[in-house]
Formats: sequence, structure tokens, C-alpha cells
Amino acid sequence: MRALDRIALTCGLGFLYAPILILVIYSFNASALVTVWGGFSTRWYGVLVADVPLREAAGISLVVALASAALATVFGTLAALALDRGGRFAGRRVFLGLIYAPLVMPEVITGLSLLLLFVGFGLDRGLLTLVVAHATLGLGFVAVIVGARLRGLDRSLEEAAADLGAAPARVFATVTLPLIAPSLAAAFLLAFTLSLDDLVIASFVSGPGATTLPMRLYSQVRLGVNPEINAASTLLVGTVTAIVLTASWLTGRKGSA
Amino acid sequence: MASTHAPGPAGLLTCAGLGKRFGAHAAVTDLDLTLQPGEFVCLLGPSGCGKSTLLRLIAGFETPSTGTIRLGGADITADPPHRRPVNMMFQSYALFPHLSVAANLAYGLSGLGRAARQARVDDLLRLVRLDGFGPRRPDTLSGGQRQRVALARALARAPQVLLLDEPLGALDRALREETQGELRALQRRLGTSFIVVTHDPAEALALADRIGVMEGGRLVQIGDGASLYERPANRFVAGLLGDVNLIPGRVRDRDPGGLTRLDTALGPLRARGAAAGEGVIALRPERIALSRAPSGDGPDLPGQVVETTYLGDRVRLRVRLADGTAWRVSAPTDAEAPAVGETVHLSYPPERAWLMPAAG
Repeated sequence: MRALDRIALTCGLGFLYAPILILVIYSFNASALVTVWGGFSTRWYGVLVADVPLREAAGISLVVALASAALATVFGTLAALALDRGGRFAGRRVFLGLIYAPLVMPEVITGLSLLLLFVGFGLDRGLLTLVVAHATLGLGFVAVIVGARLRGLDRSLEEAAADLGAAPARVFATVTLPLIAPSLAAAFLLAFTLSLDDLVIASFVSGPGATTLPMRLYSQVRLGVNPEINAASTLLVGTVTAIVLTASWLTGRKGSA
Repeated sequence: MASTHAPGPAGLLTCAGLGKRFGAHAAVTDLDLTLQPGEFVCLLGPSGCGKSTLLRLIAGFETPSTGTIRLGGADITADPPHRRPVNMMFQSYALFPHLSVAANLAYGLSGLGRAARQARVDDLLRLVRLDGFGPRRPDTLSGGQRQRVALARALARAPQVLLLDEPLGALDRALREETQGELRALQRRLGTSFIVVTHDPAEALALADRIGVMEGGRLVQIGDGASLYERPANRFVAGLLGDVNLIPGRVRDRDPGGLTRLDTALGPLRARGAAAGEGVIALRPERIALSRAPSGDGPDLPGQVVETTYLGDRVRLRVRLADGTAWRVSAPTDAEAPAVGETVHLSYPPERAWLMPAAG
């Protein structure tokens, strides 16, 4: 029984991670052919560093991810606060459901609808539309993560602060905010990686001069896979993994108590 | 300081006609309460009786549905919590986990300068015997220490009224009895008015100048411990404050000594107090005299011992009477206690039995 469990686990994990592992291994391939192993080399990382369009795309991805994650964190937190603290205002349940909708909505539909919106408003597609679209994508996730922390917060802490003479703004700044800070950081990091990973929505709402890293990689793959793509993908996987681990560590930690 | 105060019309804190509804549920109904300066009042009742809601109304965390709250003559009914000169010590203590003990104590002192604030924090730490604990985090303290930090923080702004929600509820029994004495001494020394919510009658008796008994959102009776114990307003109050035998009957008349005579299943009995029509006599177990032969004083009620429990200072007995009811009797241990099955004669001084209305 034990052995069977272990085999099942190995198969499952292998199924999930073998492709990524192969990609990482082949990024250190000395050969220019993707499928032929020509010995260990870091030469493609060198090529990657010298690839100016790819570096520019990475820069744009980073800017978009930072800006959209910041926007998503601010508005997602406000949404979570309204849903948790707003009392029983009309339509609260509807809003609560709507927050989850972007989490399960197919990205093609989100992308298409945002495209229609931007065209309707006459907005030129570019960096701005990209940031707005990704902020929309991340907002729901932020609201869910921060909302969970707010629900777990002992309300008497905020009451105690008010009781000791703190006006509502001071209660929020000195008690609520420090106590939900870990969940804010985790939500920000998750929104950041969602933006960094996204290809589908970006393809819809981006314009000339705002090509993100996944878009750049995808267009290069269509011309033929080379080990440089593997190297770039390996770096992206590494970055996302590090961020997701940090985020889960932040949410898993017992507040700051 | 006198142990009791006549509740005059002009107190420090006055609740008048106070009510709070949550949807269809009335948590507090038409409640009047006057607190005198320096007075220690306990609100006593089972969970859900509205005592915590009353505290939250006074602190300003809930808005009353009806009635007014006045403090020192000013109407504070509509004031938000941070503008009320009352402070609250929470049942959970609600210490800020991200701040040190000193920063917790200083939280309410933002109006003071740095030096004055530091001096006040040091005073407070000394007051609750926690000198040197200032830099510690609350989660590194024991339960008793956290309780004292919470008390010190609530006292930091020198409130006119301090509200305490089950302040000793989270402490173990030995520590609770010790802390009761400290809390009482502290209140006497500071002269601050305290309102303590508790579900423990012994704690209320040990702490309070006056005890307010709450039941179903209403203040059923308020008075000092002795008057509540000796002259309870109804069965609920009588049973809450200690063991009691309840003897229902019909009021017949008054005897020349001012006592009321009732017809009961055990024959005519007398008690103090007044009721119209149906009434109930409340008789405490320790007021009953027990003997092997009929005694001359009071009524003679023969019965059979069905149970005895030796408690060291007292013997608890259950005695079955002629009408089939079993009375609790508490007898001193100096005399030899009767055995189970033995026939005994019960009696009581009628002026120590209390007559209550049957309803309620």
C-alpha cells in the first residue's frame, strides 16, 4: 500500500513537472538543435542577455506587472473591506459573487470583452490598456485573499483602538492595516505573477510598442523553437516559483501575532 | 466609601429607557440604570441576557434603538466610541499583537508629549506590577499578565467609567480569586466607577457595591448583595444567588407581626414580604433548623432524610416532606447529622423567609 502510494505520487508529480524539468535541462544544451543533446553549456543564457528585443519585452512585462499588481491590490483591498465591513448593503451578495467571476472566467472572454471596452472608449491599445486589463484580472484574487484575512481578524482589536480614542482613519492605519499586511503582500505577489504569466489577455489588449515577454516568446516559438527560448522560459519559471513560494509563506504565517 | 449608595436621580452615568433590537430579537429592553461616582456595579446574568450588549451600548459600539445614555449630565447617546470618556476592558483582552506592551499602553495617550507618555506608561506598568515588561510582545506573556496589561491599557486615559466584560473569565480559579481582591482594591484606590459584566454570582458578590441582575434583556433587580440574597424580586434572582427552596401558596392575610400568612401544601406558613393572590416563599437551606423532635418555634414540618452530603463546614441534606417535595437543608457539622431514612422535624424563623409574587 505504501509503495503503491509512492508510485502514484511519483507518476503524478512526474506528469506535472517532467515537461518543465526537460525545458530547464535543455536550456543548458550546447547544441543549437532543441532535440539533440550536445553537452552542458550556458551559451544560450549569453545569447539571451544579448537579445535586445527580448530584454525590452521583459522590461515591459515587469513594468506592467508592478503597476497592475499595485492597482489590483489597492482596489481589491477596498472591495474586500466594503464586502466585509459594509454591513448588509443592498446587492452585497451579488457583489460577493461578482468578485469570484473573473477567477473562473475564460481568459479569451475577459480579453475580448476588455478589447471591446477599450475600443468603445476610443483608447489606444498599449501600456495603459495592458495595465488596466491586468489590474482587472488580479483584483478578484486580491479581494478573495484579503477578504479571508479580514474575516479572520478579531474585531475587538479595532473596537479597542476606537475605545482608546482613535478616529476611524487612525484605527485603520495603526491596527487594521498592520494586521492584514501579510495578506496584502501575498495578494500583491499573486497579482504580479498573474500579470507576468498572462499571454491571452495581453494579446487582445496590447498594442505596438507594448509587447510583453510571454507575447515575445510565443511569437518566437512560432518561428521555431531554439534553446534561447528554453533559457528565457527557465528564468520565467524560476521567478514565478520564487514569488508564489513567498506568497504562500506570507499567507501561511499566522498573521504577525 | 459607603458600601451601598442610594441611587439618586443625578448619577455619573444614567441609562434611561435604553433598548436595543437586532432584527426581531430584543437584546436589551427598556432599561434604566444609574451609576454613582466611584461605584462598583456588577451586571449578572446568564449568557444571552443582554449584559454584554448593555456594556457595548455604553461604550458606543452599538447604537441604541430607544432611550438615552447620559454621562456627567451630557447626552452621549450619539457619540462615537472614540469621543466617549469611558473605556472598556475586553473579554478577549484585545491586546494589539503587533505592538509591545508599552506601545499597547501608550496607544490611547497620543495627546500627551513623549516624556509625559513615557511617564504614564511607567506608572501604569507599576500599577499592575509589570515593571520591566514594557518591551515585551503580548504573546510572550502569561494569561494573568495579559489580563493586567488589558486592565492597565483600559485605565490609561483615566476614564470616568471603566467597563469590564468578564474581566476574570479567562483566568484559572485560584488566580481568579486572587485577582478579584486586587481588582476591588484598585477600584477603591482610583475611585473610578466600574461596571463589570459577569455570569458568576460568587464573583459579583465578592466585587460589587451593587449587583444588577439581568434576564431576557431586562434589569430584573438591582441592589447590594445582601438585599438580592435576602429579598429576591423573583424566582430567577432567588435561584441565581444560591440554593433556595421554593414553596408556592395562596396569600391569606397578615399576622399582627407584619408577616404574611399563606396556605400551602404543607399547611399554613408565614414569611416576610408581600404578594397578592398566588405567592412563592423563598427559603434558603441554611435558615432551616433541623431537629429530631418537634421544636417550639415556627412551623413544625416532619420529613424523611433522603440524602446527606458532608462538605466539611456544612452538611447538605435533602429531606422529603409530607407533600412529596424534597427540601435542601444545610446544617452545621457540630451536631451529629441524621442518617438517610431517619425522620426529622424542620422549622424556620418566618422573618427569614421571603415571599415573592408567583409570576416571573
